[in-house]
Formats: sequence, C-alpha cells, structure tokens
Amino acid sequence: MEKVLTRYIQPDGVPLDARAYERAGGYESVRKALRMAPKDVTETVKQSNLRGRGGAGFPTGMKWSFVPTGPNAPRPKYLCANADEMEPGTFKDRLLLESAPHQLIEGMILAAYAIAADVAYIFIRGEYILAIERLQKALAEAYEAGYLGKNIQGSAFSLEMYVHASGGRYMCGEETGLLNALEGKRANPRTKPPFPQVSGLFGKPTIVQNVETLSNLPHIINNGPEWFKKLSKSEDSGTKLYGVSGKVKQPGLWELPMGTTIRELLEEHAGGMREGLAFRGVLPGGASTDFLTAEHLDVKMDFGGVQKAGSRLGTGTMIVLDDRTCPVGMVRNLEHFFAQESCGWCTPCWSGLSWSEQLLTSIEEGRGKPDDLEKLEFICKFCAPGNTFCALAPGAVEPLQSALKYFREDFGRHIQAQHCPWR
Amino acid sequence: MTKIFVENQAYEVEDGQSLLHACLSLGFNLPYFCWHPALGSVGACRQCAVKQFRDEKDTRGRLVMSCMTPAIEGTRISIADAEAVAFRKGVVEGLMLNHPHDCPVCDEGGQCHLQDMTVMTGHDYRRTIYPKRTFRNQNLGPLLNHEMNRCIQCYRCVRYYREYAGGTDLDAFRLRNVVYFGRHEDGTLQNEFAGNLDEICPTGVFTDKTVKRHYTRKWDLQYAPSVCVHCGLGCNISPGERYGTLRRIVNRYNGEVNGYFLCDRGRFGYEFVNSPKRMRQPLLLKDGKPQPVAKARAMEHLASVLRGNKKVIGIGSPRASLESNFALRALVGPERFYSGLSNAGQRLTAAALEILRHGPARSPSLRQIEQADAVLVLGEDVTNVAPRMALALRQSVRQQPMRAADQLKIPHWLDHAVRELAQDQKGPLYIATPAATRLDDVATETYRAAPDNIARLGFAVARALGASAPEVSGLSEAERALAARIAEALKSAERPLVVSGTSMNSEAVLQAAANVARALFAAGRTASLSLAAPECNTLGVALLGGGSLTEAFKAVKSGSADTVVILENDLYRRAPAQEVEEFLSCVRHVVVLDSLATPTVEKAELALPAGTFAESDGTLVSSEGRAQRFFEVYVPGGDIQSSWRWLREIMLGAGQREAAAWQNLDDVVASIASAIPELAGVAQAAPSASFRIAGAKVPRAPHRYSGRTAMLANIAVSEPKPPEDPDSPLSFTMEGSPDQPPSPLIPFFWSPGWNSIQSLNKFQEEIAGPLRGGDPGVRLIEPPTGANGSYFTDVPNSFEPKAGQWLLVPLYHIFGTDELSCLAPAITELSPEPYVMLNPEDASALQVAEGVEVTVTVGGATHRLRIRIAPGIAKGLAGLPAGILPLEGAGLPAWSGISRA
Repeated sequence: MEKVLTRYIQPDGVPLDARAYERAGGYESVRKALRMAPKDVTETVKQSNLRGRGGAGFPTGMKWSFVPTGPNAPRPKYLCANADEMEPGTFKDRLLLESAPHQLIEGMILAAYAIAADVAYIFIRGEYILAIERLQKALAEAYEAGYLGKNIQGSAFSLEMYVHASGGRYMCGEETGLLNALEGKRANPRTKPPFPQVSGLFGKPTIVQNVETLSNLPHIINNGPEWFKKLSKSEDSGTKLYGVSGKVKQPGLWELPMGTTIRELLEEHAGGMREGLAFRGVLPGGASTDFLTAEHLDVKMDFGGVQKAGSRLGTGTMIVLDDRTCPVGMVRNLEHFFAQESCGWCTPCWSGLSWSEQLLTSIEEGRGKPDDLEKLEFICKFCAPGNTFCALAPGAVEPLQSALKYFREDFGRHIQAQHCPWR
Repeated sequence: MTKIFVENQAYEVEDGQSLLHACLSLGFNLPYFCWHPALGSVGACRQCAVKQFRDEKDTRGRLVMSCMTPAIEGTRISIADAEAVAFRKGVVEGLMLNHPHDCPVCDEGGQCHLQDMTVMTGHDYRRTIYPKRTFRNQNLGPLLNHEMNRCIQCYRCVRYYREYAGGTDLDAFRLRNVVYFGRHEDGTLQNEFAGNLDEICPTGVFTDKTVKRHYTRKWDLQYAPSVCVHCGLGCNISPGERYGTLRRIVNRYNGEVNGYFLCDRGRFGYEFVNSPKRMRQPLLLKDGKPQPVAKARAMEHLASVLRGNKKVIGIGSPRASLESNFALRALVGPERFYSGLSNAGQRLTAAALEILRHGPARSPSLRQIEQADAVLVLGEDVTNVAPRMALALRQSVRQQPMRAADQLKIPHWLDHAVRELAQDQKGPLYIATPAATRLDDVATETYRAAPDNIARLGFAVARALGASAPEVSGLSEAERALAARIAEALKSAERPLVVSGTSMNSEAVLQAAANVARALFAAGRTASLSLAAPECNTLGVALLGGGSLTEAFKAVKSGSADTVVILENDLYRRAPAQEVEEFLSCVRHVVVLDSLATPTVEKAELALPAGTFAESDGTLVSSEGRAQRFFEVYVPGGDIQSSWRWLREIMLGAGQREAAAWQNLDDVVASIASAIPELAGVAQAAPSASFRIAGAKVPRAPHRYSGRTAMLANIAVSEPKPPEDPDSPLSFTMEGSPDQPPSPLIPFFWSPGWNSIQSLNKFQEEIAGPLRGGDPGVRLIEPPTGANGSYFTDVPNSFEPKAGQWLLVPLYHIFGTDELSCLAPAITELSPEPYVMLNPEDASALQVAEGVEVTVTVGGATHRLRIRIAPGIAKGLAGLPAGILPLEGAGLPAWSGISRA
C-alpha cells in the first residue's frame, strides 16, 4: 500500500527538518496551490471526498464552502488545527504531530489559503510536550523558508501561524469549546448555529479541523482527488491511521486504506489476542463509541460501515476488551473520565455522567442494587443526542449503553454476587 | 405575527421569538432554569424541552430545547408529549441529585423557582443513594448570603453578574458537577446590582442577607405596591412586612421603569424604616428637651400656635409625597410654601424642569434608555446618582454591536451567540465627569474635567452637530476633536440619548445637554434627554412650585414669618449648619413632621411622627416625569401616620375647614389635580380607593398568610378586626379578590404553581413586555420635541486651575449619599468614610499621601478629611463625598485651600 500520511515519517520518528522535508517533496503542494484560485483548492478537496478525521466525519470541502469569501467577508478569518487529542485510547494525531509536523503545517497553509484565513492556530494538548517542541521548531523553519508570514512564496497570500498549548481539558477538543479556550474563556461549547464558519474565533469566520484531516491535504493537492479516492477500500476515500489498544499481541498504529475490516486490524496488524485471552468486544472508534462484538469482526472500518453495525468510526483507534477484563470496570473507568471532563454546562452531562460513575463504581465494588441497571439506562437516554448541548455526553454514554446491551449478564452477576467476578 | 401549533392548536405569536418565550406568553406552564427574560437563551439546563414535529404527519417528532428554537411559521410542538414530560422530569431529577433538600431551613423556601419547577415536572422520588457533593460557602459581604450546596449550575448568576451587570468578581470555577459560583476569595461583591442575584438565582444559593435577621416566608409577609424612595428614578418595589417591621424589598416589575432589576441601595436601604431613630410619638419641647406627649396634647398645642397665626410658612421636601407637600402648601398657602430644596437644588431643578417642559427632547423611560444606540453622559456619575439607569446604559452599549447579529440572522435572544459575535465591541457611550465612574469600563471615551469644561464639551458637541448652535471659543485641539467624534457617533445613531442632571450643580451642564439634544433634532435625529434628579420626589415638589430655602430663611429674617412647619426635611442637609441655626433661632415656632429624629427634629418645638413610604400612601414623580402611587404596606404603631393626614388634622385644628373634605387620599389627589393642571394626571396613577374586583378589595397578604388569629394572642385571644384602609382598594388581610389586580395595585407576584418572583410571567401581556393593562405610572410631562426653539448661549469660560486652591466638587455614592438608606445597617457598612479626593499630581504638589488627614473648609464648616488619591479625577479639582458630608447647601463647586491637619 502506498504510504500517504506516514510518508515522511522516519523509522526513528524524528521529523525531517524543512530542507529535508522539501527534498522529500514537502511543500510542493503549497507552490501548486498558490497558482490555483482558492475556490479551486476547495473544489479539489470537495471532489476528493475527504471527511473529517476527528470523529464526526463531516466533508471537509463542504465545511470550507460555508466560510464567507470576497472583499466584504469579515476579517481576520481563522484556521485552527485541533490537536487536542485527549480521548482514552486515541493516539493517532500524536504520531503526525511528533513525526511529521511540516506535513501538518503544509496542510494548514492549504486550508488557510482556500478560505483566505489570516491567522492559524495549532491548538495542541498541553501534555504533548515533545510534539509542541517539534512543532515550534518546524514553525520557525517554515517561517524561515518563506512558507509562513507575509507574501508566502512571493504570492499575495499571507498567514501567521501559532502553536497554542491547551490548559488541558477533554472539552477543549470540542470544536467550539476549543474556540472559547483559545479566547481565554471557559471551554464551554457554543451554540450552533451560528457555526464557526461564520462566527467562530473572536466572532470571525473560522475553520477548525483535525490534525489528520489537515495532514491529508498536501497529498490531495499534489496527486488529485481521483488518486485519493482510489487509496481506499470503501466509499470513504483516502487512508486512515488505525490504532489498536488493549490486550492484543502488538498494540499499535498503522496507516491503512480506509475501509480495512476490524478483523484484519485485529488479527493481521495487532497480531490477535494475547495468549490465553479471548476477544469479547471492541470500542471501534475510541472511548466514546459503542461496543461491537465478535459478530462484527468483518465490519469495514469506515464511516458508513461502523455506523451500520451500531457504532461509530470515531477516531479509528479501537480499544479491545478481552475475557479476563471486567467490562463493568472498564466502563466505569471510561465514565469516570467522561464525568470528570464534563465542562459542567448542560444538566444531562454534568449530572448524568457523574451519577453513572457513582452507579458503576458501586456495582463494581459489590454494592449494586437490582434497579441500578434501569438507572444506567435512564442516564443513557438522558444523554442521548439532541438532549445535551454538545456531543460529549452522547459519546460518553455510547460504551455504557452498548455494554448494557452486550454484557448485561456481567452487570447482573456483579449485583447478584455483590462483588466483581473478575476479582 | 406567525402561526405555531401547540398540541395541534393554532396560536398567533410574534415571529422569531424563542418557543419558550412564546409558550410562556401564551400562558403555558413550561419549566426552565437557565433562561431568563432579561438574559435570553443559552441552552444549559435543558429543562424546557418540548417535542417538535416536522408537520402534521410526523408522529415521532424529536426533543428540542424550546429556549433555543425559534417560533417560525408552522412550528409544531407538544409540551404534553410523554417523552418530553419524562425528559423534563429527568432533568429535575438530575438537578436534584446533589441538592441538599433543605427547603425547611432555606430562605428561598416558598418563593423558590426550583421548588416550583420540581413540582411542575412531577419529580418526587429520589433514586440516588450516594453522598452529595458539598462546597465551602463564602462571606460575600453584608448584602447576600452564599449557600453553594443548593446550586443547580444554571449559570444565571454569572451570566447576570458578569454579562448583564458588568461585574467582575463573581465567576464560575471548576467543572463537571462541582462548578463553583463565587468570588476568587471571600469578600463583598463589588457590583452595585449584586442584590438581584437573590431573584436571579432560581434557588437558595444567593439570598438576601438582611432578611436573615428578621426572616419571614414569602407567604407570611404583607405587601403593598410601592415605589423606591432612594433616588429619583422611581423603581417599583414590593416591600413586605410582618409584626410591624419591614422585612424585605423585592422587585416589582414595571416594564417601562425598572424591569426585572433593582439597585442595591433600593433593595437593601429599607431598614431605615425599622431604625431606632424612628420617631413614634409626638415630641414637645419642654425645658429645652423634646418630651413624648399624647397626640391630643400635641394637636392642642399646635392649634394654639397656628390658629389665627398669619406668619406661618411651610417647608416641603423632595423626599415627601406630592400629597404631603400639597397638604402643607394648602395649610400655609401657595405663596408661603417653600419647596425645601437647597438653593442649588431649587435653581437646577427649575432649570431641568424648564427643559423637560419645553423640549427639545422627551425624557426616556429606563426601557427606552436600554434601547438607546449612542449615549453621551454629561456630568453624571450615573451608577451613584441614578443607579438603575447605569444598568440600563450597560445594555444600551450592546445595541449597535448587536446589529451584526441581524446580518447573520442570529436572533437577539440567542444570548451567547450574539455575545460571541460581538465580542468586546461596545457603545458608543461617551462619559464626561469630573472623576472616574463605574461605567467607564464600557465607555468609548471618557473626559475628565471641571463642571464648566464638561458643559463646554457639551456645547462643543452641539456646535459640531449644527452650525446654529453657539460657538465655543478656546477649546483645545483634543477637546474639539473629541466633540467632533461624539457628534459623529450621536448623529449616526438611530436613537441617540443624552444623559445629564443636577449633580454638578451646574446649569451650564444642563443647558449644554439640552443643546446637544436640540442640535440632534436639527440634524434629523430623534434624540432623547434624560435628566437625573437626586431624590424620589424632586421633580414632584418642583412641579408644585414654591420658593427656595434661602427665600424661606429671608421670610423669617424679614419678619414676615415667625412660624415654620417643616415637612420630612432635615434642613441641616440642605443648607450650611450656621444658616440653619440662625434660621431656627429666629423662628418662634418650629413644627417638624418626619419619620426620623433628625437634627432638625431635635430643634423642633413640636415634632410629629410621620409614616415612611412603607406606612403611608402617596404619589412620587420620577425624573422621567412619571407619577407613581405607593401604598401603605402596614398600619404603623404609635401615632405614626402619613404626613398629609397630620397636615389635614392640623388644618382642621387651625380652623381650615376645607381640609374636612379630604376624607381619603383620592380627595387630596383631586384637590391637587384641580389646583395644579400640570398635575391633573396624578389621579390616573392608580385606581381610586373605591375600586373593587367583583365587589372585593385587593388583598395585601397572600392567601396562605398564616397565624393571623394567633399574632396578638399573647395580648388578647379574640382576634382584632383588621384595619380599614380608606385610602386604597387594598385590604390589610389575605381576604379579597383572588384575581389579578390592575398593574398599579399588584402588591406581590404569585400565581398558582408559581411561588417565586418568576410568577410575574403570568402578569405580563407578553413575557418581558408590559404588565397586563399597561405598566404603572402616568407621564406628566410631554414636551414639544424638535429643533424649534433657541439654543442656550451662555457658554462658560474654560476652567483655570489656581495655585494652592482646589475647586471642590461633589462626588456621589450609591451607599452613602442618600439620607434614608444610610440608616440601614448593611448600607452603613458599605458607606465610605469622609474623604477628599485628589489627582496624583495635585497630591504630590501638595505633598500629601493617601490617607493623610487634611482640613477643608466647605460652606463655612471646616472638616478633617483623609486624602484619597485617584488618577481618575481631573487636575485642579478636589472631590468630596456628597451626603456623607453636608454639601447640598454648600454652594459647590467652590474654591478652597487644603491644608494638613
């Protein structure tokens, strides 16, 4: 398979400097794009059918097309790279940030050019210290090489780019929470509409885009939309960084064609379950997606495929549950994370998730009551999409609601025995 | 208008409102927390969920938050849908997981929105058994109590405090289910409108701390519709009483005036009514000491003094009702009636009244001030003089930035979306004052100068607007440019407003303000002009006419008078002590009617105990020119009664039989209307005493008022007959009509299922709109508006600093300047010590540091004061705290030296 996103990544993970990156073909797309009209860049991305890699899968080109353009458009316009990767089990952007920072910068220049952004921010998880160092170095090199700043490569296009380390909350990774955080406010989500494309950072048109999405752009511009579509094994184009964690033989991260099946990922790339352990289920797209089980192993890991199976592609980084790990304990850990990361804005989230954590803890610790499962089910419904202000809580209850469906008897055993059967 | 469907029934609602707003306006019971009519929608609590259907055929529908969804043509919703009902019940369950369920010991109990909404949604059984989260509470100062465990995280407090009221020292800290709403450390909340948190908070996190000292449940208080007496704006209030003491003030919504909010002076100043300084019996001077005497003895004495006495004059008061002032005027005759205003006050109020009467501009209501889209403030420290207006001006600065939202089709009620779009854009608001003000943070530009220069700036703005306005010579380049910027901002606005008033003691400032308004009309703009008045009835007493205090003093000096009846007025606050002493010593008989034992009362031969606003009925005229009726909340003990009733008895005793016709308040009002045509509208301020609803009076007490039969059982077991009220259609009991009274007669807001203040939803024609039948009050003055008429031409000369001398100017304090509220302990605690404020350069020239004691001579009296250094005050000026020092009659601005004590 052709390497795309990982093309520039060296075996030791140390990123290429600007010159080496250019020699390897880097920044070529910038020169090409600057000769194109911005709307043609958008059009190319539209045709490539690139969908957002942050979890929601929104078509990238279409997102850009909502940004007001022309001489009367509000200025400055902003581009934000969402590098606030913080969901348990998700570590795909980290690879790109640490090992291919110039690729991200290159992609951001393209996106900024397409929407005529004046300022770009890389909003990065504060704990990604190595990535921050490397990005800052790369940014300085890019300025030095004339890819950032005034009149990029002699064109009329100018762009200032900054790295902004997050104060560190999961909520900052939500598109509008990110904008509030960047403005120095509480990372509460914002009302949509108006969408950030028209009223975003500091009230100006803004595009927020995931790191992996942006990193795809240079290759799409260089090779064209048709090439990009053909990389995939499914209707969703391109390649995808897939991750597998849990008690498998070789947990890791691989760039594979979009639409690779769970089975292939699990068995061929992750080497199957560890000796003596059996597969019980998987959170296919990270911690905020529904469990799938053995019957779903042949599901294609693309947006449509996973959704049809009852879960979400999410970030494409799966967490595997084995038969020696207590599903109640696992879900409890996840809900602890989500409850703690609730920004405290809407009631179902701040109240429901904390309650779910209390209930799961008490079940896991052998204090569960028979009607606790009803309460957990109530919380899952309470936090359903549309009932909450943003997507945090609906995502947070996805592992819980599916665990109640697939592992209900395990919950029952906890309550009956008044202790965790795995302990 | 647009058509929406609720439970398949068609309703006409205003286009583009939120569904929640529309449903509440239609009278539906739909629970909510984070939404507030004045704060708009943010979608946090999720309590107002309804089921929305695409069309008639859609049977599944989906849950939407009604506060976040616009009512557009054909919107189809169900409130009663089972899933929506279950979800709303779930939200309350979620909110209540950590709520302490301490209603029996919570001050909010019985007036709690959370209680109401809990009952409304049907949540009744707690399904959780886990420990609740707890918080440490803070000491937020003398006005508000903090009990964070009760918090339901609706964010209203910080939204109101920070975004609406401009406060900075209350914030949301932490996250998840432990968001903490408090200060960064313990301490008094700094915002002057913090008290509204008591009503903004839907439960008992922020409650009125002053009430704690004499706590009574909402349903156990007796109320009356009333009007705040602590400044000239006339905010409507509902005072509550039990056992003969005034217990609390809550806001009484008036859509045109105070809307949903009061200032802290208005909310917490009430305790002067319970002050130990109250006079409860007549006091007769005996052996040089005031001695309590029986009422009959007092009246006999008075009759002997007044009968046939041709040398009686009356001194009225800007803090007494129109009726009381008028009764005094009737007792002594119009020519012998003096307004009781200080000399400066008389002169300036007359000037302001002339402008209000003859144009060029109309005085706006506070609602209209909120909607002004460009504002010039000339001379007034609005937050400290007319506090509630400052809150209105804070909303006005959002008007222009909000227009960007229209372009993106963001409805104005979608509060955070609008604020995120507008970011820090504000104004235009220009403030010209001698010292820094609490509105400077939202000002486009500020100008710090002496009163004369403030006037000159106003004249220059008028000139910049139109060439026919008088020229201002000798302006600096910077001042000329500033005037041009202000003129441009006002001219390009749709609803420009000029705010000024009497507090600079400068007619030139008032005239400059009028000129700006006139020039705006000449430039084709409909300007409005708001002139702040210092006291609750300043304008009312000015409308009655009457001479100044100096003229009253002269009348005595000249020998044409030797007896004076002083109405609710402490002369020591109005004129230099020396002059007052001299006056009082020349008078043979001094009769004082007042509620408090003031220094003037101490000098009286006879003092009669008058009712405060809470113990009397009457009418006040606000600075807008709005006549508003206030009613007796409770029958006072002792011999206390309304001043006009005392004066009626005095007239009868003195043989003035015409007073016999004054059987009740309406008769006095009728006399006022016939004597002074300009005040004819006063009769319409409220329904007359004969008004009944289906034959019944309006009850002052809620129908759940408890213990009536037991209240006096320690004295006698048979329950006394409730007092009669001849002056109003209100009864002193819980008996009476259960129906909603006309708006001027609403004693308190309550509606079945709505025990909290939010019950007022049920009293409005439309949410946040006027009360049913129109908001209370009658505007008395409607000037001809427009550019016709002539400009004022007396442009003062530029202020020149003098070496070794400072121009003393009064500075005002929300807590401290007002005479009455200062007697409320909580307000006393917040009042500043007397000081003299200097610019840092002046202070260093004088070689004084902060806190150093100096002496300053004001109005013939020398004061030892501490230096306060503030960069905000203009050079060459020295600011003194009005009211805290008796400055009213001191002839400020005046020059004085400052020397080290």
